[in-house]
Amino acid sequence: MLQADLRGAGPIALDAELEVAPGRCLALAGPSGAGKTTALRALAGLLRPAAGWIRCSGSTWLDTEAGVDLAPEQRRVGMVFQDHALFGHLSAWRNVAYPLTGLPRRERRRRADALLERVGLAARAEAHPRELSGGERQRVALARALAREPAVLLLDEPLSALDAHTRSGAAALLGTTLRETQVPAVLVTHDFAEAAQLAQDIAVLDAGRVVQTGSAGELAAAPASAFVADFSGAVVLAGRADGTTVRLDGGDVVRTTQPAHGPVAVVLHPWDIALDDPAHAGTGSARNRLPARVVSVTASGGRVRVGLDAGVPLVAEVTPEAVAALGLAPGRAVLAVFKAAAARVVPR
Amino acid sequence: MSGRVFAAATVATAGAAVAFLALPVVALLTHSSPARLVDALGDPAAREALWLSAATAGIAVVIVVLVGTPAAWVLATRRFRGRALVVTLVELPLVLPPAVAGLALLVAFGPHGLVGGALGDAGVVLPLHTSAVVVALVFVAAPFHIRQAQAAFAALDPALMEASRTLGASPARTFARVAVPAAAGGLTTGAALAAARALGEFGATLMFAGSLPGVTRTASLAIYDQFGNDLDAALALSAVLVGSAAALLVTVRLLGERRAAG
Repeated sequence: MLQADLRGAGPIALDAELEVAPGRCLALAGPSGAGKTTALRALAGLLRPAAGWIRCSGSTWLDTEAGVDLAPEQRRVGMVFQDHALFGHLSAWRNVAYPLTGLPRRERRRRADALLERVGLAARAEAHPRELSGGERQRVALARALAREPAVLLLDEPLSALDAHTRSGAAALLGTTLRETQVPAVLVTHDFAEAAQLAQDIAVLDAGRVVQTGSAGELAAAPASAFVADFSGAVVLAGRADGTTVRLDGGDVVRTTQPAHGPVAVVLHPWDIALDDPAHAGTGSARNRLPARVVSVTASGGRVRVGLDAGVPLVAEVTPEAVAALGLAPGRAVLAVFKAAAARVVPR
Repeated sequence: MSGRVFAAATVATAGAAVAFLALPVVALLTHSSPARLVDALGDPAAREALWLSAATAGIAVVIVVLVGTPAAWVLATRRFRGRALVVTLVELPLVLPPAVAGLALLVAFGPHGLVGGALGDAGVVLPLHTSAVVVALVFVAAPFHIRQAQAAFAALDPALMEASRTLGASPARTFARVAVPAAAGGLTTGAALAAARALGEFGATLMFAGSLPGVTRTASLAIYDQFGNDLDAALALSAVLVGSAAALLVTVRLLGERRAAG
């Protein structure tokens, strides 16, 4: 369990309370300058907050009132840096073995090889960082962060240095690793979809403050502020895929155009969701028609965000005219309609 | 001016510059026959001077690297009041006339100098002793290494050092295992430049250490001493110094290319 309360650290004045259970991942999301990385660096001990405390698996890493402030090397963190920060003068296995001190060379090599194998890089153990692709470097960085058997994993935009093609594979590996290691993890990202894919909880930061914490679906469906609504953007529906059908956690079935199997998230944009009156339901080309109840109606610019409960939280973006025509207000029963092709399926 | 005329003019200028810079070196190496130069190097006094130069420059470079590298790390990574003043003081010997440097060393460490009296009471009398040569060389050569090392450390991605700390390494281990190896190219360049400067040192050594054969008369001083009566001996010593300087320059260049490629 990682618990922290951070106030006024470094370049951005923080005001953030965090709690992450073992095996869970908390995403710190928000735009540049929101304080995500500042908070992560404070957790790692790379900068000192003006006030606050950090406790991790029973030990206190920071308590400004009690004058406790452990150096980074005394905190058991595994940190993956944005540009991976691999040591260019060391081969891949020596990078991974760097934290393995006080062991005979053969044992260090054996452990480093096992970690590289875990990230699928056993064959590249002797390669230097400059000989590795971006995706390979990211995997070495992950293996190195795991080598110290950390009490918490800190991931600073671990996928941002990768191109779109490499990213999905890297994200899947990261997701598997997070599930396997069973330590609390904190992920910094400015990408809501990435947060939704890797983290169970998302804390949205704005100007150093946590403005809302919740699952990706909760944030998208019931944004606490227009800022969160803007940021979350996408609708995220959790479910299990079997081919092109996904049974949502709420019980409904949606159809997609991307075959998949196992736990997935169906991601779509609020503006791809139309609302229909169940009493006069038309028969358009849209394959997906989920019965839902209106939870909230929020005007934002020239559009209206309508929060829905369809067994799972959901949000649609419609015009003010549609709100008037359908008489949309909390409690109103509607059909949420979207095309199979509008839904993106990502592994969960 | 047409493009062709401009090209011709610049090439001619470049040719003149290269010729002017290369001519003295060529003259130095061709003025006497190679056989006579090799012969002159057989002279015990010449060998003694070369050996003294190599030994004092070697010791000076070791001191400069051991003390200058951590100093450069502090200057590159710490922000403190008066840092600009400290950097200026450290770099001052670079632009100080060698005679001034020698005089400054004399009034500091000499028998009647600022701390020389105290040193004398402690039984340390520097002038006219080989250690004075080393002191003079360290004084003039250190800034070359410190400047290079400081630039190399400052160019490192701070995330490397932070990663090392989060991986359980203390600041000392981070310095030794990450910062120094990652900046190795710049550090070696700095050491090579310091060695070149130390090998060529003349003025400060003459003023502070004197020119005592076998004790403080390094190759540069021996050249000055010899050129009036035995030109071949002076030329032979000069050829060796030119060769060493060229070798150091090539080392620096190769390191620079390797760094650019890496």
